Amino acid sequence: MSVSITIKNAVKRYGDAVIIPDLSLEIRKGEFFTLLGPSGCGKTTLLRMIAGFNSIEGGDFYFGTTRINDLDPAKRNIGMVFQNYAIFPHMTVRSNIAFGLRNRKLPAGEIAARADEFLGLVRIAEYADRLPDRLSGGQQQRVALARALAIHPDVLLMDEPLSNLDAKLRLEMREAIKEIQRSVGITTVYVTHDQEEAMAVSDRIAVMNGGVIRQIGTPRALYQRPADLFVATFIGHTNALDGELYRNGAESGVSLAGVRVPLRTLVSDAGPQRVKVSVRPEDFYLAGPEAGVVDGVVERSVFLGLNTHYHVRLPSGEVVEIVQESVMEDPIAPATPVRLGIKSQKINVFDEAGVVSLMAPAVGA
Amino acid sequence: MIRPPGRLELWHVVSIGILAVYGLFLVYPLLGMLKDSVLTADGAFSLRYFQRFFGERYYLNTVLNSFKLSFATMCFALLIGIPLAYLYNFYVIRGRAVLQVLIVLSSMSAPFVGAYAWILLLGRSGLITRFLRNSIGIEIPTIYGFNGVVLVLTLQLYPLVFLYVTGALRNVDRSLLEASQSLGTSNLKRFFRIVLPLCMTSILASALLVFMRAMADFGTPLVIGEGYRTFPVEIYKQYVGETSQNYSFAAAISVVAIAITAIVFLLQKLASSRFSFKMNAMNRIEPKKAKPLASVLIHAFAYLVVSVSMLPQAYLAYSSFRKTNVFGNFVAGYSLSSYREAWRYVSRALPTTLLIGGLSIAVVVLMSILIAYMVVRRRSVLNNSIDTMSMLPYIIPGSVVGIALALAFSSKPLVLTGTVLIMVVAMCIRRSPYTIRSSVAILQQIPVATEEAAISLGASKLKTFFRITTPMMANGIIAGAILSWVTILTELSASIMLYSAKTQTLTLTIYVLVSRGVDGPASAVATILMLFTVLSLALFMLFSKNRDLAL
Repeated sequence: MSVSITIKNAVKRYGDAVIIPDLSLEIRKGEFFTLLGPSGCGKTTLLRMIAGFNSIEGGDFYFGTTRINDLDPAKRNIGMVFQNYAIFPHMTVRSNIAFGLRNRKLPAGEIAARADEFLGLVRIAEYADRLPDRLSGGQQQRVALARALAIHPDVLLMDEPLSNLDAKLRLEMREAIKEIQRSVGITTVYVTHDQEEAMAVSDRIAVMNGGVIRQIGTPRALYQRPADLFVATFIGHTNALDGELYRNGAESGVSLAGVRVPLRTLVSDAGPQRVKVSVRPEDFYLAGPEAGVVDGVVERSVFLGLNTHYHVRLPSGEVVEIVQESVMEDPIAPATPVRLGIKSQKINVFDEAGVVSLMAPAVGA
Repeated sequence: MIRPPGRLELWHVVSIGILAVYGLFLVYPLLGMLKDSVLTADGAFSLRYFQRFFGERYYLNTVLNSFKLSFATMCFALLIGIPLAYLYNFYVIRGRAVLQVLIVLSSMSAPFVGAYAWILLLGRSGLITRFLRNSIGIEIPTIYGFNGVVLVLTLQLYPLVFLYVTGALRNVDRSLLEASQSLGTSNLKRFFRIVLPLCMTSILASALLVFMRAMADFGTPLVIGEGYRTFPVEIYKQYVGETSQNYSFAAAISVVAIAITAIVFLLQKLASSRFSFKMNAMNRIEPKKAKPLASVLIHAFAYLVVSVSMLPQAYLAYSSFRKTNVFGNFVAGYSLSSYREAWRYVSRALPTTLLIGGLSIAVVVLMSILIAYMVVRRRSVLNNSIDTMSMLPYIIPGSVVGIALALAFSSKPLVLTGTVLIMVVAMCIRRSPYTIRSSVAILQQIPVATEEAAISLGASKLKTFFRITTPMMANGIIAGAILSWVTILTELSASIMLYSAKTQTLTLTIYVLVSRGVDGPASAVATILMLFTVLSLALFMLFSKNRDLAL
């Protein structure tokens, strides 16, 4: 049944182009693990290396303790769900689901029973004897999932399975996928470029860029304590501001737009230096004249229902985006001077290049 | 797809096997022909056949004539085919389905049969000629020679243009045209500025196909060309030896012919590379109702073209029920005697035709599936060379295929002339490039993920190929195979050099009857062959559902 996946020093090359230079990864048994990154970051390439559809130019891949580098994909006991579903168009839904079971030469009775079980699990039993081209995108996706799971694979691999669905169906299907994964308890590797989708379904996420893993962590850790500025901007929105780290005896903090913001979350050994500060829009708040720390002028506002977004120009010339819960009154008019408060425990500080976090490791994260 | 390096797989064996087949039946005969063209009877190297060819006006003219009539045919076919396709796809025409079937059907008889029917109609003592002469006293211009060949071939080949352009128009998104209209483009301007450029790749492809078919056609000039000599006829004459046999000279003419077709082929590739872009219509063009007067003109044009091109076959069918004298010539009255007579030939030729056609189709389909799979899914140096090799026959005229095979396999070590095998080989060479191309196109449209899904579910590569890849390709390939079957039924230019009494097909039988002037049985056999074609086409429609007709 379900196994852990270990990848040590994986290398992927196409000709002279190095797609993945050196990648190591540990995926726990039964975990819902997501490879997240912009297109071209190598996430699908890595998934297809795990599946066996891409050659491996270096490193070792293990399912549990078994090295699978040279194992034929047909023998890896994987369930794979493809971006375009890859449903066999000439077979009925039931035959699609039974296909992998027939390859395993199970007795006919068991094939039928298991096909029925998974038809029921993904709730497509009523379409069992139809040809797939009569099905909607969401239904085809369910067939693909049932087909992959029916063989009781060791791992489930999913390559952007929701990207061809419309927004509403995408939400519905990602709940369904999460629920089914949990009930089956199977180690799952999921590839997506949609950070919200990744946060919604994953136990842990690896954020990739340029063939390199930038950070692995729980959705909460990635959002609250990103390892570098790339992760901070890729996961959610953020304002990346230029700042200066200062130390004043026992007190340390950053000065932003000429204002000192004391922080108790910095690593203790970071000396004074120029830094990049990531402040998420919701970490600013409009404060009274006495409570605020930074002056600003409202440039424009966007009403989005639940929240209203303001673009505010700071004295340094930088424009930041801030989010406020919408109120019944008119939004603040452009050119109005405001004072902004900062939820200082939530902001993140990186070195000037934006690649090293200067935040102390959070307890329990 | 992953390939463990160094292991000899089944597919390598298949690649090598296919290369060997091409080597034996294509490369070896062609090289042999090349060798014959520069070697004298005693084995010395000599360019004297080429000198003679280029030195004597008569021989040079055969190739120039072929070129001229192919070019003229191509122009006329485009002039008829493109407007017809445009009107057919843009405007409501009553009886569209019937119209399309008739257009396809008119391209599916052997061209020389059409030529023969036109002689019966417009020849010196043709039906229309006599009618006009006797009733009004008008002499119509002669049908023999250049004009007749171009008329017959144009009516035979414009359907290719029609089908290609119709196929291209299916991929043009309606919104492109609506955009041009919203920008103030008139209908006429829209045709020249938008529709034509969008279809240009298909137009050029069909132009090339028409040119190649016209260039290679053997029967039409022979039947209706009279003094107008073309090179396929000349090759045949040199080979069969009306005056004296001269294999080397026939080989030299063939080499020149291939050079010309190769140049035309490359020029076309160059031209069409300027127009390559991908299109995929979300909203297809829907035929609109034309204004009443325009609508009448559109109907008149479409039905006139189709009636004229169907006229020869219709007239042959009618003639087959006329009474004949003992020489097979028509006399007044009606009878079934032509069919009784025809049955003597058909009862022998039909099983032969089915055997040769069936075997050829089986081989062509098998080769197409294997080659498409290797070219699309398993790119390698070996398979790329197979890809190139498979396109080679495209530029080789049928009579050249015929003579190359005849020269290569009429002496030891391998004597095959007169056998069913050599006929099958010739048919496969003639037909395979088309079926292979369409199979490659079909497979390219099937996402590789579907096969990977099968493998991830534990199916072996071989099982995936048979259970997933082949069935998904099947519909398109069967449809293509049926069209190939029809062209094999009517093949003449290569088989005329290779057949024996044992391997005389229906088409060859018609040719023999026509050349003997036995009109009654000739038209009866031609009608029977046409029925076969109609049946095959009906089968095609059944299999292809609403798939585009592609030849």
